[in-house]
Amino acid sequence: MKEKTKYIIISIVSLISFILLWDLVSKSGIISAKKLPAPSKLFETFIYKLGNKNPDGNTLPIHIWTSLKEALIGFFFGIVIGVPLGISMAWFKKFDKFFSPLFDLIKPIPPVGWVPIMITFFGIGIMSKVSVIFIASFIPAVINSYSGIKQTREVHKWVSQTFGASNRQVLFTIAIPSAGPMIFTGARVALNGSWVSLVAAELIASTKGLGYMIQTARLVGRIDVVFVGVLVIGVFGAAMMEGLSFLERKLVKGGRRS
Amino acid sequence: MDSTKQVKKEKPIITMERISKTFQVEDGEVKVIDQIDLDIRENEFLVLFGAGQCGKTTLLKMLAGLETISGGSIKIDEKELKGFNPKVGMVYQTTALFPWLTVMGNVEFGPKARGIGKTERQKKAQYYIDLVGLTGFEKHFPSMLSGGMQQRVGIARAYCNDPEIILMDEPFGHLDAQTRYMMEEEVEKIWQEEKRTIIFVTNNIEEALYLADRIVILTECPARVLTEYKIDIPRPRSLVSEEFLSLREEISSLVDLREGGNDAE
Repeated sequence: MKEKTKYIIISIVSLISFILLWDLVSKSGIISAKKLPAPSKLFETFIYKLGNKNPDGNTLPIHIWTSLKEALIGFFFGIVIGVPLGISMAWFKKFDKFFSPLFDLIKPIPPVGWVPIMITFFGIGIMSKVSVIFIASFIPAVINSYSGIKQTREVHKWVSQTFGASNRQVLFTIAIPSAGPMIFTGARVALNGSWVSLVAAELIASTKGLGYMIQTARLVGRIDVVFVGVLVIGVFGAAMMEGLSFLERKLVKGGRRS
Repeated sequence: MDSTKQVKKEKPIITMERISKTFQVEDGEVKVIDQIDLDIRENEFLVLFGAGQCGKTTLLKMLAGLETISGGSIKIDEKELKGFNPKVGMVYQTTALFPWLTVMGNVEFGPKARGIGKTERQKKAQYYIDLVGLTGFEKHFPSMLSGGMQQRVGIARAYCNDPEIILMDEPFGHLDAQTRYMMEEEVEKIWQEEKRTIIFVTNNIEEALYLADRIVILTECPARVLTEYKIDIPRPRSLVSEEFLSLREEISSLVDLREGGNDAE
């Protein structure tokens, strides 16, 4: 426990010294405040943006809500479809042979590459972003759950088979639990990927969302709003990752490998 | 001593007739087991002993239904063995515990797979957890246990499925000498408390002599029965009694003991 508090203190010190250094650099004029606003100024802007629609037409909470909604819906469907598909491909040979050629073709396309296509299909509403994010999280979800299942130890299958477990029981009680850590690795890559491509997609096509807010603020020279947007993206990205780690600790037991 | 005399009269629980195993490899085939005939009596502690790396594990895997039989037949309780048989349980070389399950979860796995209700199977699992001396560790995960403790869980897990025959494939090969002695005593104790037929594979002569009612010595690739010894030394056995040492000497001279070393697989 003592060790833990020590580590927390170190992390806090790191953050505080970063902010202090930033403040120093900005206020001393080493970098002009027009390019790098001081932290105190950003805090002001943050409070201001919470309730004010300038300069981009929406308040900060609406931008956050829009982005979160798009990211989480796309991520959710990416996982819900990608993980079972990866598991089925790893477990059933015919499935594998059927989907692999298609999947291998889609895999190397960067998610952002889909943005123009999705805009053509769905316009600049929520659907175009959700579908890009879906692809961004679907691909790592499939890849990681596939290799997680493939890495099931032979001896674990033997144990369950000698206990009379059916093929179905082997899949559900052995292969899937032992792939748990890998599935979560996939989810983490997917979540990261979906947040990254969301902002990229919003930069290109949208009327609200954090990416849009940054883009508009840059065009009108509100560098403070750009910074607030970037920091908010960082904070929410980290918070979602933390949420996922929490879920993993609840669901995946016994350490990553023994 | 009495029990040894008793089992002599009984019919064999396992009958192996001219068992062979050939593996297909790129350039032809490799014969790993060559016409083994072997009868094993109920509640016998049989040790398969051999210095080589070939044949012994395969033979156990055939008994467990994990490997096909190339030639000959295996009968268990006079019934031809085909595939998995719930009468056969196995303790593996490396700890094959499920890392995502607790000690309790591992031990109750067999009954659970057969659809036995929670209260009943946990009561039974608890009995075997107590028997192997792990009381209080039910909720621990395997990664929190030492190697010896993990192998105890493996033994409890095999017993908990109520097999008549338990196969042990060099279960203590990866343990340090001290733990190994402890585990050998433990296995003997459990076997005396809960009589089962045990087939134990080892390449450690002391272990074989300490545990066995009968030692079957196999040749190196392909495995054939070289000879067998009935061990009548009263239990628990002393590793330094004259009888023990002379038998050890005799068997050692029979097999080219490529000392330890290639334990690892």
